[in-house]
Amino acid sequence: MKTLDLIGSAIGNTFRSKTRTILTILAIFVGAFTLTITNGLGTGINRYIDDTVAAIGADDVMTVTKVADNASDDADGPREYDPDAISGGPVAGPPGSTAVVAPIGTTQLDELAAIEGVERVQPTKTIDADYITSDDGMKYEIGVGGFVNGMQLQLAAGEQPDAAASESQVVIPDSYVDALGFDDADAAIGETVTLAVTDSEGVQHELEATVVGVAEASLGTTSSAVPNDAFGDALFDAQSTGLDASERDAFSEATVWFDADSTEEEITALQDRLADAGYDSTTVTEQLGTFKAVIDGIVLVLNAFAIIALLAASFGIVNTLLMSVQERTREIGLMKAMGMGSGKVFGLFSLEAVFIGFLGSAIGAGLGMLVGTAVSSALGGALLADLPGLTLIAFDPVSIAVIILVVMGVAFLAGTLPAARAARQDPVESLRYE
Amino acid sequence: MTAPILSAKDVHKSYGRGPNRFDALKGVSLDIHEGESVAIIGKSGSGKSTLMHVLALLDQPTEGSIELEGADTRGLRGAKLNRTRNKTFGFVFQQFFLTPNASVIENVVLPLKIAGVGRGERKRRGLAALEQLELDDKARNKAVNLSGGQKQRSVIARALVNNPRVIFADEPTGNLDTATGAVVEDILFDLNREQGITLIVVTHDEELAARCDRRIYIRDGVIVDEEVAA
Ligand SMILES: Nc1ncnc2c1ncn2[C@@H]1O[C@H](COP(=O)(O)OP(=O)(O)O)[C@@H](O)[C@H]1O
Ligand SMILES: [Mg+2]
Repeated sequence: MKTLDLIGSAIGNTFRSKTRTILTILAIFVGAFTLTITNGLGTGINRYIDDTVAAIGADDVMTVTKVADNASDDADGPREYDPDAISGGPVAGPPGSTAVVAPIGTTQLDELAAIEGVERVQPTKTIDADYITSDDGMKYEIGVGGFVNGMQLQLAAGEQPDAAASESQVVIPDSYVDALGFDDADAAIGETVTLAVTDSEGVQHELEATVVGVAEASLGTTSSAVPNDAFGDALFDAQSTGLDASERDAFSEATVWFDADSTEEEITALQDRLADAGYDSTTVTEQLGTFKAVIDGIVLVLNAFAIIALLAASFGIVNTLLMSVQERTREIGLMKAMGMGSGKVFGLFSLEAVFIGFLGSAIGAGLGMLVGTAVSSALGGALLADLPGLTLIAFDPVSIAVIILVVMGVAFLAGTLPAARAARQDPVESLRYE
Repeated sequence: MTAPILSAKDVHKSYGRGPNRFDALKGVSLDIHEGESVAIIGKSGSGKSTLMHVLALLDQPTEGSIELEGADTRGLRGAKLNRTRNKTFGFVFQQFFLTPNASVIENVVLPLKIAGVGRGERKRRGLAALEQLELDDKARNKAVNLSGGQKQRSVIARALVNNPRVIFADEPTGNLDTATGAVVEDILFDLNREQGITLIVVTHDEELAARCDRRIYIRDGVIVDEEVAA
């Protein structure tokens, strides 16, 4: 029998017992549908994270902090007071935990720059702005984000801040456009805004900058103004008025640049060298890694449920085909008597299983994509409107193809038992069968 | 004289082992020549079907051998055996063995499909066989909707579609009324006479057997008598 005829016969046989086939397909459909949706969820969220990476920071930088001498003491007992220590941001652990880090000064910056693999180092200047205002006079609270060269903000209008420019530039969040009295994002470009900072002596300084861009809210940059280097330095200097040099140059963290082409091993080696020198370092990938790991974990659990559904469905295939083999005993015997080889008989039944798997998974994946897209756009307009750019459920052709192929593979495995039974059948016995 | 197309040499066939062992054939020898019509007659359970299965190379004898045109068939295995059966034999069974929900033509061309004949050629030869049996107007009908006689005629069309040299018919009229049975018999003997196809009929019907060139009587697995037509 020709392969094409074999496939044709298998497909034809599938529809002989329609109700039974449809029920089996339905069971597979449920599994494939679930797999498609859960995978789409993973794809959608991870794609969003990837898009956001560029906004959070460039991928050839890492954040470095100096480990305080008393930071790593054994957790039992109170920590000794260190007047020089800086209480940094929250760290992993119970709520309220903060990392205690040693200040990074000029000496430390030089020390970091000397470490092999470090191309450039820059202290992170934390700016604590009081408010932002425009010509119409209303003042609004605002955070100030750091701009790292190479980082890509997701812009609603305008362009990225120019690191090299000597004039003061700022990118404002989309949500401030209305409040500051601009008609829309495009209208804000080129306008002047004023940011205020207070120095250690309580004197408030107002500094002006030109709006060069309007950032869409995203994971990285929600409601922060992002200055270029010139404006950032100006704000920091104003905020540091009255401090002597040693007080001024005490940063809680610094940004280290490394070769963008570094392999993972090279990055790890660099982090080891930094650790030896007494610095903690975090790459952008590490920051996002935990987030992605959580998403992947959730998707994995959901996928496990879908796989269980598929396993149950595969028993349905076994059952359907066993019944089919039983019903067609005489037909199989006749085909064998007429010279059909056992291999072809096996092929006929396993192809039937594969075809049932294909139908179930293709329909499941197709409908899954339709429903996923509909749900995603419905949620995007309502619940998730605050996260523009997020397509909750997204599909990529490769993983859809993988799902269909995996289901067909499972169906083939399920079909081997009945198919082998059919292939083993003795034609004489089958023809005697009344 | 040429070698017989089929020849059984002291064939034994037993089922089961030990105390459950049952000898269905106990040393059967016979020669069948090309173009002959032979009836194998005996009561139910005498071993007729068993002998037919062994002759048609569907089953292997426990002892003894079957020769096809003088060549021992014990060495035939796997694909070669399948091809030999596909090309040489056609089968007609009492219970028809048609696939009920497939069309008549699909049922008829099954041996060609197994042989790997292309679609167009299959259709042409299938229709020709149906025409010969005056069933070409039923080609598209489902097999299940045919009358008993039409079913058996479809089965005969299927048996001869691949131009076999031997047609085995196991109780071909067993499920038909006398009139329809007679028509089916006529068709089989016409094929034998006009196309020279060797006909081996297994039956317990004396009247059907009487129309054959030769009658071989079998009882309890041994040949008890042999009659040649006058
Ligand atoms: N697979 C088998 N196992 C045991 N006995 C069998 C088997 N097949 C046939 N027989 C026995 O062999 C004998 C001959 O059977 P068969 O050739 O079908 O007889 P007939 O066709 O003449 O009615 C019967 O008694 C039958 O019960
Ligand atoms: Mg019988």
